[in-house]
Amino acid sequence: MDELLKVSSNPHVRSKVNTMGIMFAVVLALLPAAGFGIYNFGVRALFIILVTVASTVLTEFLFGLYKKKQTIGDLSAVVTGLLLALNLPVSIPWWAAAMGGVFAILVVKCLFGGLGQNFMNPALAARCFLLISFPALMTNFATDAYTGATPLAALKAGEEVNILDMVIGKTAGTIGETSLIAIVIGACILLLLGIIDLRIPGSYIVSFVIFLILFGGHGINPAYIAAQLAGGGLMLGAFFMATDYVTRPITPKGQYLYGIVLGILTGIFRVFGSNAEGVSYAIILGNLLVPLIENITVPKAFGKGGGRYEK
Amino acid sequence: MKENSALERLYNGIAKENPTFVLMLGMCPTLAVTTSAINGLGMGLTTAVVLALSNLIISLLRKVIPDKVRIPAFIVIIASFVTIVQLLLEGYLPDLNEALGVYIPLIVVNCIILGRAEAYAYTHGPVSSLFDGIGMGLGFTVALTCIGMVRELLGGGKLFGFTVMPDSFTPIVIFVLAPGAFFVLAMLSAIQNFVKIQGEKRGKDMSKIGSGCGHDCLHCMDESCADNQNKAFSEDEDKEETDEEAEKETEDVTKEEAEEETKEETEEAPKAVENSKKGKNKKKKKNETAETEKRTRGEEKQKETEEDNMELIDLDEEDE
Repeated sequence: MDELLKVSSNPHVRSKVNTMGIMFAVVLALLPAAGFGIYNFGVRALFIILVTVASTVLTEFLFGLYKKKQTIGDLSAVVTGLLLALNLPVSIPWWAAAMGGVFAILVVKCLFGGLGQNFMNPALAARCFLLISFPALMTNFATDAYTGATPLAALKAGEEVNILDMVIGKTAGTIGETSLIAIVIGACILLLLGIIDLRIPGSYIVSFVIFLILFGGHGINPAYIAAQLAGGGLMLGAFFMATDYVTRPITPKGQYLYGIVLGILTGIFRVFGSNAEGVSYAIILGNLLVPLIENITVPKAFGKGGGRYEK
Repeated sequence: MKENSALERLYNGIAKENPTFVLMLGMCPTLAVTTSAINGLGMGLTTAVVLALSNLIISLLRKVIPDKVRIPAFIVIIASFVTIVQLLLEGYLPDLNEALGVYIPLIVVNCIILGRAEAYAYTHGPVSSLFDGIGMGLGFTVALTCIGMVRELLGGGKLFGFTVMPDSFTPIVIFVLAPGAFFVLAMLSAIQNFVKIQGEKRGKDMSKIGSGCGHDCLHCMDESCADNQNKAFSEDEDKEETDEEAEKETEDVTKEEAEEETKEETEEAPKAVENSKKGKNKKKKKNETAETEKRTRGEEKQKETEEDNMELIDLDEEDE
């Protein structure tokens, strides 16, 4: 039957890339950060990752049974679970991690129509849900290895931080956010595979740095800026969560604008907010602005733009 | 159940057109004060009292209040009752008053109360309006108490202030905060819709349960629906206009008109028998002076209100 001539409207050339392939690449790119988290925080980090991934996949599976349309094959639930786990502190009880997974998939994704319809990043929405629900559990970063505050909190309190440790990742924090090197390796994988480009992460980081120079209170202080960039979830958020296909703007101009909005919001939350960290709130707030951003950056169709032709 | 009877109005308010879960009215207090079951109950009952009394008064005054200033008139009446209720709460239940805070004065602009005044009390008799107010108020109370119970249980592990969850339970704080209100409201509405849809699938007539409005406005025959009332009203007006233009000459036509009017009046007024008598009298009158007496309904209404005004003035004078 393959010999049949197909008569169809365009497009006639289609990309071989599918959702599963992209999601698999993202999982691959997250593995360095996850691996370093397990190395840094011990076996419990692996346990939390497994619990979260299991809860997201199981939720999607059960919802698929109810809807009679199974979608776990596209691996998006695995990505959501992995991202969520990387955003949790290692000391979190397993039931809270599982609750976050259920919330991410059921409330944020499936109830809004599944992958492609979710209006904000499920993993980050679940992180914020947990952060509001269990503030004590979610900000307890003390482990056997690290008893002090996270580098960002120390920085906010005016203490000195060791930037080399932050780049390698030997600090307190959530499972996946500590190691700058691991995240950058993952980001490079995505960039080389062409899954993401630098529009959003680039404009995000640049606008954040400019905001820090203007309003950070330290002027052009390389140590402070480097610590702000390496600390917290900024890199993880910029490369893996702000670039989420579903919740980012489609238009190139809109993507730059989106990155700038995220940078400014993160700066406001970190500098003026009461918490040391603000990446997750900035990104989900930015997600909500995406329809507006797309609205004002719609490219003009050929023949529709420009001035009126005058004789 | 008979339309506009006391029992039907209660059922309508609590279940069929529940103001919170079906009509989605009064969301501000619903989301803001339901942090605990007691607060929800208090807010619901306070609103119910104001709703019932303002419905009653507005229904009694509906022929006196001119159409153009009816909203300010409603608000004055509602605000009076809210002030009374607030002073009573301050005096006798200071704790509840403290907990509900600014949401007590805000009952004045609660859209359930204004909505019922506009959609029901202004066009219906005092008895059915009173029971409409009680029914809607109880529906609101039930909804707020349900939301408050779920939020208190999940967000604090308590129920009406008593600890019911085991010690190992970690409160999910988000449920006593604003987002939790949205989650709980959405979940409860979803459960209600789920029950309704399941019932429809099994072939039950679910039009009496759940949503007061079906999905199909075009073929909807529900006379209690505001849209349909407006439609019927405009149709009546059209008819009258065409009638006037045609200048009917025979008595038969006027008879029909008179009969129509009597029907309308019997529908409107709760005491059907008396009205039909009145209608018959009117009909006789009309037959006698069929050609000269061609009054439009608006003129009649005006006269009626004028008469009422006169009566009121008389009463005032007597008081003096």
